[in-house]
Amino acid sequence: MTSITLKEIIKEFSKNRIGIAGIIILSILIFTSIMVAIFIPIDTFKEWNNPEKWISYPKVSVPVWINLFLNEKIPEHKILDNPNINNYRINDLSIISHRFGIDFEYDFFPSDFIYEFTSKYSESPLLEINVMRPDGIQLKLYSTSLPITNSYSNHNERVFSTDELIRKNLHLQSNKFEFSLINLSSQDIIFSKTGINEPLKGKYIFLIKLYGNNEANQITYSKMIIGGKAFGIMGTDELRRDLAVGILYGTPLALFIGLVVALASVIMGLLYGAYAGYKGKKTDEGMMRFNDVLYALPALPFLIILSVTISNSIFVMVGFLMIFGWVGVAKIARSMSLQIKIKGFVEAANMMGQKDRKIVLRHILPQLLPYAFASIAISVPAAITTEAGLSFLGLGDPSFPTWGQILHDANVYGASARGLWWWIIPPGIMIAITGLAFVFIGNTLEVIANPKLKR
Amino acid sequence: MDSILKQGVSIQVRTEITDNPTIAKSFSSVTEFDFFIQTQIAQRIKIMGLDEPWYSPQRIGLSMYKILFLDFGYATFLTSDSGSSDVKEIILEKLPRTILLFTTATIIVSVIGIFLGTLAGSKIGSKTDRVTSSFAIISSSFPVWWIGMLMIFLFSFTYQIFPARATPLIPFTDPNYIGSLLYHMTLPLITIVMIGFGSWAYLVRNFIVDIVQEDFIFAKKTIGINQKKIIYKHALKNAAPPIITVLALSLSGSLGGAIITEAVFDWPGMGRLYFEAITVMDLPVIIGATYILTVFFLISIFVADLLYGYFDPRVRTE
Repeated sequence: MTSITLKEIIKEFSKNRIGIAGIIILSILIFTSIMVAIFIPIDTFKEWNNPEKWISYPKVSVPVWINLFLNEKIPEHKILDNPNINNYRINDLSIISHRFGIDFEYDFFPSDFIYEFTSKYSESPLLEINVMRPDGIQLKLYSTSLPITNSYSNHNERVFSTDELIRKNLHLQSNKFEFSLINLSSQDIIFSKTGINEPLKGKYIFLIKLYGNNEANQITYSKMIIGGKAFGIMGTDELRRDLAVGILYGTPLALFIGLVVALASVIMGLLYGAYAGYKGKKTDEGMMRFNDVLYALPALPFLIILSVTISNSIFVMVGFLMIFGWVGVAKIARSMSLQIKIKGFVEAANMMGQKDRKIVLRHILPQLLPYAFASIAISVPAAITTEAGLSFLGLGDPSFPTWGQILHDANVYGASARGLWWWIIPPGIMIAITGLAFVFIGNTLEVIANPKLKR
Repeated sequence: MDSILKQGVSIQVRTEITDNPTIAKSFSSVTEFDFFIQTQIAQRIKIMGLDEPWYSPQRIGLSMYKILFLDFGYATFLTSDSGSSDVKEIILEKLPRTILLFTTATIIVSVIGIFLGTLAGSKIGSKTDRVTSSFAIISSSFPVWWIGMLMIFLFSFTYQIFPARATPLIPFTDPNYIGSLLYHMTLPLITIVMIGFGSWAYLVRNFIVDIVQEDFIFAKKTIGINQKKIIYKHALKNAAPPIITVLALSLSGSLGGAIITEAVFDWPGMGRLYFEAITVMDLPVIIGATYILTVFFLISIFVADLLYGYFDPRVRTE
């Protein structure tokens, strides 16, 4: 076993296509993690389990790009919060108008629509919602006076498509349609052709007007949600969470868990094994028997017991994974150290009176480094899959959206039996890709560390 | 646990007395009667050994002795499907199901693995070799339970061939129960075999590769013995000891089921029992299951050791 220079490693990697693939995948993952860390604020982490944050998102919606493959387009869920604002006065009346335009090019009706607003006013202004359809027909949807106040104050309200007033207003305009409006929901009427009850494509404009006497009236916040069944590049889950966010967050978490566990357990195992092998005799015997005890413990049941009884915090879990990670490394490091310690240079160092600690650190460990790198790379996927497995059983840290956690939720809500593929496939593929990247790198490093494998 | 048992004893004594009024009549004063009850309770507690702390040698010895003869006591929370809370009955109910699924799977996996591995190992660098090796690497980085979820999606949602949950719906007294169980078993079995045989083949391949390069194989080749015969008769026999170790370990490991796989398919075996027992901290069940698995582990290691001698005469001792 000779020392290997960095140059040789690079040379071996450049010859090895699998190694290059591993490096490329890993750099993409690291790049993603950095991007996530920079562009998505950490606070969003804590919002993962907060239903309030996801309230305006749709439930179990497919990814948007699925429309590219479908003949009949599924309506996209649209959150419009950028209205065209126009304020003007007619005589004493001050009018605030917000216009929301939406291009509706889908073959199904939207599932619902919600108008959410916060208004600052005094007295009792009149709120009116109208819709202008692509065929020029204007429908009156809603008109109500806001609750009366004497002082100038804020008022927050959500107008739902299921509102009784909207239904009544639409039925009053039933002469514009050639079919019966009975038992149709309001979105099925608004977005329908006049002849038959089929979606009418084109540009719809929702016009919201606030009439009042007070010039200081204003709408401070205004959001229109057109409910659909497709959202984002990854879709959403049962709890309306955007899966793209979860999967992106999972990347740095998985790399963190994998790398920390692998690094720590390999270092621990190397030091332990190298020292035991170098000392030999009773020290070796004692240390290895302790090692055997840990080796014989069934890891998964034990991890479950530990996380049930002690804590399921992600950091404590990393510690638990380390306990079971270093054992195998120590065994191999010991046997390698047994071979190295009889070599001349170690004996010479010993004769010169160097301390044991120094011999192990200076002379034995550097010889084990190539093996160490390979085993770090190979133990990363094991750590990631074990963590994912524990999370999948519902024993993970619920405050972090790891991939295993997402799959756990998917399993709880029966995603696979309900055919919610966009909830199952991406996290699993991410786990597998991350694992593969490290396995590829590990295998290439192993070939370098152990030229016998080249055959 | 101890206080519950003690409470139980005193309740038992009191009900015996209320059930039998003649005992109460035979005492002249209340203090005497009370004294009688107290001595009765103390006596029974002593008989059961509850007066000593749990770590006293008698109690530990007694529980060890009980465990040795598979008397694990009663589960705190869990019951078997038939309603019994005897740990032995619970385990005896779950163990056959796990054997049915996981041990069968392990056997299929190892047979395919040994065959494929030998094929790949005898022709290093061939197409079979490369396909097997890359399949092994790729399949080992997918979590089995995730593949399980995909299989459920594919075969029970898209094509609706197999049921998603592996627990049969009909009661186990029904004569069709076995058939239904087998039908429900197919999907998990396919999943485990699909994910498992790659790494098995890779392992066997590596053993064979080592042996094929030994001198005696070259010698046999030069003599002109048929390649197939060399591989299957000589190389495989020499690779047998490590293969048997792995086989023994994975067979005994298979009895524990796979906790996560059973959770995905809702398979009512040992893995799920373990998981449920741990989550509610049902100690008698955990102890019982661990004990049974350890016994099987030791037995399989022992058998493997015996088989070593048969396959490799060098390790035999006179």
